[in-house]
Amino acid sequence: MAASLQFANPTLSQTLASPIRSSSFRSPFLRFDSSSVSFHSKLVSSREASSAFVTRSAAEPQERKTFHGLCYVVGDNIDTDQIIPAEFLTLVPSNPDEYEKLGSYALIGLPAAYKERFVQPGEMKTKYSIIIGGENFGCGSSREHAPVCLGAAGAKAVVAQSYARIFFRNSVATGEIYPLDSEVRVCDECKTGDVATVELREGDSILINHTTGKEYKLKPIGDAGPVIDAGGIFAYARKAGMIPSASV
Amino acid sequence: MASSVISSSPFVCKSSSKKDLGFSSFPKSSQISIHRCQKKSISRKIVSVMAPQTERSPGTTGSVKTGMTMTEKILARAAEKSLVVPGDNIWVNVDVLMTHDVCGPGAFGIFKREFGEKAKVWDPEKIVVIPDHYIFTADKRANRNVDIMREHCREQNIKYFYDITDLGDFRANPDYKGVCHVALAQEGHCRPGEVLLGTDSHTCTAGAFGQFATGIGNTDAGFVLGTGKVLLKVPPTMRFILDGEMPSYLQAKDLILHIIGEISVAGATYKTMEFSGTTVESLTMEERMTLCNMVIEAGGKNGVIPPDATTLDYVENRTSVPFEPVYSDGNASFAAEYRFDVSKLEPVVAKPHSPDNRALARECKDVKIDRVYIGSCTGGKTEDFMAAAKLFYASGKKVKVPTFLVPATQKVWMDVYALPVPGSGGKTCAQIFEEAGCDTPASPSCGACLGGPSDTYARLNEPQVCVSTTNRNFPGRMGHKEGQIYLASPYTAAASALTGYVTDPREFLQ
Repeated sequence: MAASLQFANPTLSQTLASPIRSSSFRSPFLRFDSSSVSFHSKLVSSREASSAFVTRSAAEPQERKTFHGLCYVVGDNIDTDQIIPAEFLTLVPSNPDEYEKLGSYALIGLPAAYKERFVQPGEMKTKYSIIIGGENFGCGSSREHAPVCLGAAGAKAVVAQSYARIFFRNSVATGEIYPLDSEVRVCDECKTGDVATVELREGDSILINHTTGKEYKLKPIGDAGPVIDAGGIFAYARKAGMIPSASV
Repeated sequence: MASSVISSSPFVCKSSSKKDLGFSSFPKSSQISIHRCQKKSISRKIVSVMAPQTERSPGTTGSVKTGMTMTEKILARAAEKSLVVPGDNIWVNVDVLMTHDVCGPGAFGIFKREFGEKAKVWDPEKIVVIPDHYIFTADKRANRNVDIMREHCREQNIKYFYDITDLGDFRANPDYKGVCHVALAQEGHCRPGEVLLGTDSHTCTAGAFGQFATGIGNTDAGFVLGTGKVLLKVPPTMRFILDGEMPSYLQAKDLILHIIGEISVAGATYKTMEFSGTTVESLTMEERMTLCNMVIEAGGKNGVIPPDATTLDYVENRTSVPFEPVYSDGNASFAAEYRFDVSKLEPVVAKPHSPDNRALARECKDVKIDRVYIGSCTGGKTEDFMAAAKLFYASGKKVKVPTFLVPATQKVWMDVYALPVPGSGGKTCAQIFEEAGCDTPASPSCGACLGGPSDTYARLNEPQVCVSTTNRNFPGRMGHKEGQIYLASPYTAAASALTGYVTDPREFLQ
């Protein structure tokens, strides 16, 4: 017991001192300008195995990541109560069974005007891998259940015009879903069920709507990308040597 | 002095149109003078030729080289730096981490998963655990989550765990408080100059005490539990200067709904909202808490109010922990400045389904309502109930729709039953509420503000119209997806209860 106490705290405060000075670790899960991006690491996505849609080029220094699938389109100010209503917050996301269950309730709080459900009744997973939204996606509560339920349902990315701060941060910290910014209002130009591809590249990420044949430029995800690639802030911090491996 | 030369630069539009600074009520937005000041870049060259100054932290002395806002100073000190600027990513030492029954189990679950089953938290005296969300419910999983937190707190020897075991009578649980943001203040955990993080978006409420306070997710909280540190990006500060005498029918809730209506639900995203001015100085601590509470509804990272005698009086009566207030420098840079003449403002509501959907209460007089809800961290404090009771008493009338009252904490509940309402001949809020035909004040908790389990008291289970003193009105917030929530001050909520329509409280307060 005493040993573990020593392990958990003093070690961490020492290792945490390094990123403060390290210029290579400037912005793990906050937003940055693309100019500050200097990551060429080949981090293996912990969720790669679970997704048939994810592909990446192995050798290129500029990492490329592609999601392909159906779109689910929502509007502005989709708040956390619409993403996961408060009555389901009794589910604890760090418990694997309850994590799966959270996924089955993803976006169940959307009003009846949304005819098509994100997750069909009785299903645990969604058939939509890309969510397309407007302004201020994820506003409202700090509940991490929101990005978690989208990831648990099987969605890979959200493409929205802008995000609420805590939702963006929680998405990156958990590594559950890529919160991507569109340069134009794609939620008006895409329809639920459209077939789309998101290509994540340094500098010029794009969204292609195959149903309409249109292509949209996405803003660079910057330094948040490698954190999500790693599977969240803890996995990233371990890979970067900031914190030691867990002793279970 | 070289510094005085610099100090004149941050605000290029500081003195423009003085006569515009008095404005009246919206919606004529032209009457609200908005200064979006371009931050004039302070030349670092000028700074570099200044006479050398002694190495003292700008946060603790009056002598400053480059001006910082309050928020920048708090973060600089917590990061052990002499200077931070907006956009800096810094590791910050956390003074207090708060969690509750909804996010606590997940945060501790991540802490254990990542640091090991036998890991110990970084400091058991700096973690405050306040069960408050889903307490008075038969929901098994909700009850289990409180049990999980009790286990963690025992195992980790957490000093501040405000437990509840007897759900039948909350008064049988002397440790139980209720809504975390109000309890944090009442129990002395809110202190000027400190960094408070909480697994709840309304953690920003504590900015009323001149501290940096913001909401985080479970994963960040798990990291803080193990390390006591968090990586934060220094936010730019928007300044809101509220001047003028507050009309007797107006409350802090009206002010913040005005501001959110002005800048929208994303108007302060990633930014600090700093409130100052003569009106803010005149507000009580509870009213200041209301102002900062809804900063998140504008997307803000934190809200902050300069500490003064009112702050110190409140805090010093509740804690013996030493603290050090900080204030924005005269030459600090602000991303924007907004000025309001409060004496010209009118009572407002936020119509469904967004907190920035602002309208004058009197413009909504034809909106028929089904119920009124007074409660939550925003509108369930002692003064909120005193205000409602005052209006009921002044009217001498009975409510026309079901009126639900949920005190935020056990202390508020006791005040409702014990404190005399001024001008009522010694009656308590509870007596006045009973005479007015309201529901009996319920057990303190977050209640129906966020819907919660289906058996939650006063939950909106039908597609009804509700006037509420709470903070959000997005679809489904209080339970039913097609329910309509009008956010309002306690005065406006009470006035609406008396008529059955959204009502301007001036109809009952002369």
